[in-house]
Formats: sequence, structure tokens, C-alpha cells
Amino acid sequence: MSPKTLYDKIWDAHVVHQAEDGTCLLYIDRHLVHEVTSPQAFEGLRMSGRKVRAPERTIAVPDHNVPTTPGRDDPETMPEDSRIQVAALDKNARDFGVNYYPVSDIRQGIVHIVGPENGWTLPGMTVVCGDSHTATHGAFGALAHGIGTSEVEHVLATQTLIQSKSKNMKVEITGKLAPGVTAKDVVLTIIGHTGTGGGTGYVIEYCGEAIRSLSMEGRMTICNMAIEGGARAGLIAPDQTTFDYVKGRTHAPKGAQWEAAMDWWKTLYSDDDAHWDKVVTIRGEDIAPTVTWGTSPEDALPVTAEVPAPESFKGGKVEAAKRSLDYMGLAPGQKLTDIEIDTVFIGSCTNGRIEDLRAAAEVLKGRKIKEGMRAMIVPGSGLVRAQAEEEGLAEIFTEAGFEWRLAGCSMCLAMNPDQLAPGERCAATSNRNFEGRQGRGGRTHLMSPAMAAAAAITGRITDIREFTAAEAV
Amino acid sequence: MEKFEKFSGVAAPMPLVNIDTDMIIPKQYLKTIKRSGLGVSAFAEMRYDDEGNENPDFVLNKPAYRESQIIVAGDNFGCGSSREHAPWALADFGIKVVVSTSFADIFYNNCFKNGMLPIVMPQEVVDVLMKDAEKGQNARIEVDLEAQTVTTSEGESFSFEIDPFRKHCLLEGLDDIGLTLEKAASIDTFEGQIAQSRPWV
Repeated sequence: MSPKTLYDKIWDAHVVHQAEDGTCLLYIDRHLVHEVTSPQAFEGLRMSGRKVRAPERTIAVPDHNVPTTPGRDDPETMPEDSRIQVAALDKNARDFGVNYYPVSDIRQGIVHIVGPENGWTLPGMTVVCGDSHTATHGAFGALAHGIGTSEVEHVLATQTLIQSKSKNMKVEITGKLAPGVTAKDVVLTIIGHTGTGGGTGYVIEYCGEAIRSLSMEGRMTICNMAIEGGARAGLIAPDQTTFDYVKGRTHAPKGAQWEAAMDWWKTLYSDDDAHWDKVVTIRGEDIAPTVTWGTSPEDALPVTAEVPAPESFKGGKVEAAKRSLDYMGLAPGQKLTDIEIDTVFIGSCTNGRIEDLRAAAEVLKGRKIKEGMRAMIVPGSGLVRAQAEEEGLAEIFTEAGFEWRLAGCSMCLAMNPDQLAPGERCAATSNRNFEGRQGRGGRTHLMSPAMAAAAAITGRITDIREFTAAEAV
Repeated sequence: MEKFEKFSGVAAPMPLVNIDTDMIIPKQYLKTIKRSGLGVSAFAEMRYDDEGNENPDFVLNKPAYRESQIIVAGDNFGCGSSREHAPWALADFGIKVVVSTSFADIFYNNCFKNGMLPIVMPQEVVDVLMKDAEKGQNARIEVDLEAQTVTTSEGESFSFEIDPFRKHCLLEGLDDIGLTLEKAASIDTFEGQIAQSRPWV
């Protein structure tokens, strides 16, 4: 048998039908649904008199629009258009009989945190959702990617997707990560290296010692941003870390089924002599704490760097960089650590898990945020929130001056009332620094939870290594 | 879906690279539960000022480009969010074709589901088309999907590649779900197989 990549193996296990031109009908094991990209799809089903083919494989949860402030069970706290969308999901979930976590359920949260947390996401699965950050689930060795609303309707109606196969790309991070360097720094560095279009047409498998050493939370952060590198999906081969995470979760297999699943899951890795269409290798030791300076996730640099000159780029990027600097209110040569911050957002499907909150708490313990700073922590799910409260993290956050919110996407895309005003500058643990992403005219610097927490204290972009060194003195 | 027919139209030049779906349709317009009516909000943050007045410098506000049916864009068009509201907004504005050196994967897929044709061309061809587009109303670029060609107002013709199945669906205006449901028996069989081989799924 010819050697295969992990992607090849998962793909082959899900082909329902292959057309002469190679286009495949791929079976979908899990379909995650949220309120923003699904109403038109359910409406389409109604209009054509179709049903959801596999409601038991479909999981719906409102996350993008929901307020994260206390008292949100009262629909009056929501702007009317948001309320209509959430109400539409309530009704659609009920009418079509899919699994559903309403706002009032403690398991509600960001769809990409809810899926893994409840054991819906398992190795070797195909997982789709009308959200580009579906790539997150690739951390389990599941083929997971975002789809548009027409495809949401297609999956609801047929439990399949018409797909042509992507190429295989390997991103290897060798060696060990230096102290202060997290999964977020790794993935920002990768995107800085490959560019936002570098993964277009590929499925990326992340591998190497530095990736293997990451927890599931860290691996999810890496795969989450595969889309920011342009890839259809990101993958990490499942290993003992994966199996330990999955075991015992509500919807994970039990008993004999667990054993059978493990037999298959253990075969889910890329064969030694598998063919790669593209390979990128980065030394783990070379990765520094990383932040973005511009309006594309590829605008990532070590925190010790300076704002680059647009002329240092080539082609269309010169104009794009000029536009970015103008939008961001920055000048070439400015030290990144001199950039002052007035807002801090810790949360999102990239960095809203318990480990991220622990990292932030470690920095914030016994400290206060800078006067005038607006800082919020939005846990990725109700379960994450409960755990953080149990571990005493919530107290650390509120004592430091952070707002401690309920679960949702919140200021990552600012569809709910949490937004930046024009000119406000935010240290954010989310995934996109696009123009207007966090609010019209708002300026976003992406970074890790520990760095965002440090920025809340100092009021500027801060090198976490210096921060912890100063602490030790 | 309407059939995609040969046409010639005004092309708007948008040379910026990495035009993302947040730019194409900002989040505040995602709260709709309909597909239609988003054209007026396409590129809203570039197209309108804070008071909602048109920004006269933005290409689609210029008299020559108000009826554009084609966009010639910089690299990596449509990156970012999976929101299908992006092609819905473009289509509702009247855009039928986007030409670039590259497209983000999800946006590219989404176009076909809405009767729109994304065309990938090498840099040198995009450069020629961009120049032609800069002539505004005086230049109409012709797109012929059947022949897989784009022809400038000067009569210079370039051919492009497209997946044959997608071409077929666009030309015939076919609905994917209907096509897939013709294979319902294969899906039944597959589900029967995985119930045995991967019962935990």
C-alpha cells in the first residue's frame, strides 16, 4: 500500500462517492452549527421540504451574537437583530431535533470549545461548521474546516460535502520552546513566515517535538489559526495527550467501543515516506513571544522588534503595509514595546480555554491593571467559567480589575455589544487583526494570554520574559 | 440558481492584497436571517463614512464603477471569515466575476454556490486586466465561461482554468443538494458501513 499522510487516511475513510474528475462526496461525522451562519440554511430546508439527515451528528449552540454580561437570560439585554438570530436558532434546533445548548445551559459556549469539551470531537472524524475557525478541531487529528451557509444547508440535508482534495503541507516545529513562548507565539510565527496565503490549497499537518510537547489546549490554538495561514484545515496526529483528553468525556466512546476506537486512532499518523507537496521547518528555539503590528495576521513579529517600513516589503504588500500603518496609527521604527494599549480582551476560540485563563491568572495574581484600562476576560464556555471559578482564577481576575464575563465570542468579532471605539487599541488573544474587526476604527494587536495580561498591567505591549524577570528580582 | 451566461461588463480595479471578508461585509450586517439585500452594505466601512455618506474616493462610488459586474483584485481575495454574506453582498451589488492571482479557499467555494465565478490568473494577466479596469466605463471586459476566456476591451484574450464539475454547475445553474440527493443510496450504504466499522461515531 502506498504511504499516506494523516490527511490522506482520514479523507479515504470518508469518501462516499468519487466522480470521474476526482471530486468526492465526503461523509461528515460532526456538524456544528451557530446562530449567525445557519438561519438561511434552515430556511432553505424548510422551503424545499427537507429534513436534517443526521440530527444526532448535529450540534447547535449560540455564541457569536450573545451578550456576555450577567443577566443575559433576559432577551431584553440583546439588540433586536441579535435576539431574532438567537431565537431563530432556538426554533430551528427544536424543529429539526438537533443537539442544542441554549444560552441558559452551562455547557453553552464558543462552538469550537463546546465540541471538544463534550467529547463530540474525536480523532479521525470529519468536522465542519459554518465558521472558519472550525480548523480548531484538527488538534485531535480530525479533518475539520469551515464552510459557507450553502454548504451548511448541504450538510444538514445530506450529511455530506462535495469536496476536491487539497494538497499536503507539513509544518514542523523542531526542538523545544523557550520559556515565555506559548502555542499562540508559535502559530503567529508560522503565519508571519508563510503569509496568510501560504497555506491556500493545502491541509497543514503540524508536527515536530515542539508541537508534540503542547497540551490539547495549545494544539487547539495552533490548529485554530491554520485558516489565518490560508489552509483549508490544520491537523495534529493524535497521541497519548489526545487520548487522555478525550477519555471520559460525555460523548466519547466507552468500554469496548473505546478499545475499538483506540485501535483505529493509533493508526492515524503520516507514514514516514508519505509525500508532502510543501514543507516548512522552523526551529522551536528561534520562536520569541510574538505580536502583530498591522491588519493581517501575517503582520507578526517578535515583541522585541520595531514596526517595519512598508518599503521593506515587496509587490502589493507595500501598499497594504502603508494602509495598515495608517489604520493602526503607527510609524516605522517604533518599538513594539512602546505601543500603548487601552483595552485588553482575553478569550475567543483561539485562547479562551482553561489553560489560557491559568496563564493570564499567573501574570495577574496580586496585581492591578493600569488605571483607565478596560480589560475583560471572556471564558470560552460555561464549563471553562465554572472551572476557573473553582480554581480561584475568577477572583484573581476581578481583584486585578478585569471584568469576568459569561461565555461567547464577544470582542473577537464584536457582533455583540463588546466593541472597540474608533482609535482604541486592544491587546487581544483572538485570531484576527483585520480593519474594523473589533469595532470600526478599532486597532488590534494579537498576542498570547500571558502577554495580554501583562499589557493590561503595564499599559503597553510587554515582553513577557522581561515582565517575569522583573518579577523575580 | 441562474445560469451563468457570457457577458461583458465594467470591471472595478481593487489592487489591495488580502481583501478579507470583514472588509467585504462587516460583521454588523451578519445579523440578518436572509440572503438578499446585502449589496448596499458591501465594503461598507470603505464605502461610507461614519455618518453613512458615500466616500467619493472608494472605487465603487465613482461614477464609472457604480454598475461594475467584475472586480479585479490583489492577491488572496476573500481571506478570513467563512461568512457567505461576502459573496451574497457582492452578488447583490451585481458582481458576477472576481479575478485575482489567488483566493481564500472558503470564499472561493462560496462563490460557486451563488452563481459567481472566481477566476485565478497569473500576476502578469491580472496586471493587464487591472490596467484595463482602470479605464472605467470606457472598457468592458468580456467573460466567457463556456470558452474559459477573459477578453480585455482591447481584444486581448486570456484563458483560465476551472474545475469541470463547477463549470458545469454554473453553466446549468444546478443546485448541489439536488445533485447529491441523487446519490442518497450511496450515502445509505456508507452509513451502514460505518455503523459497523466505527460505531462510536
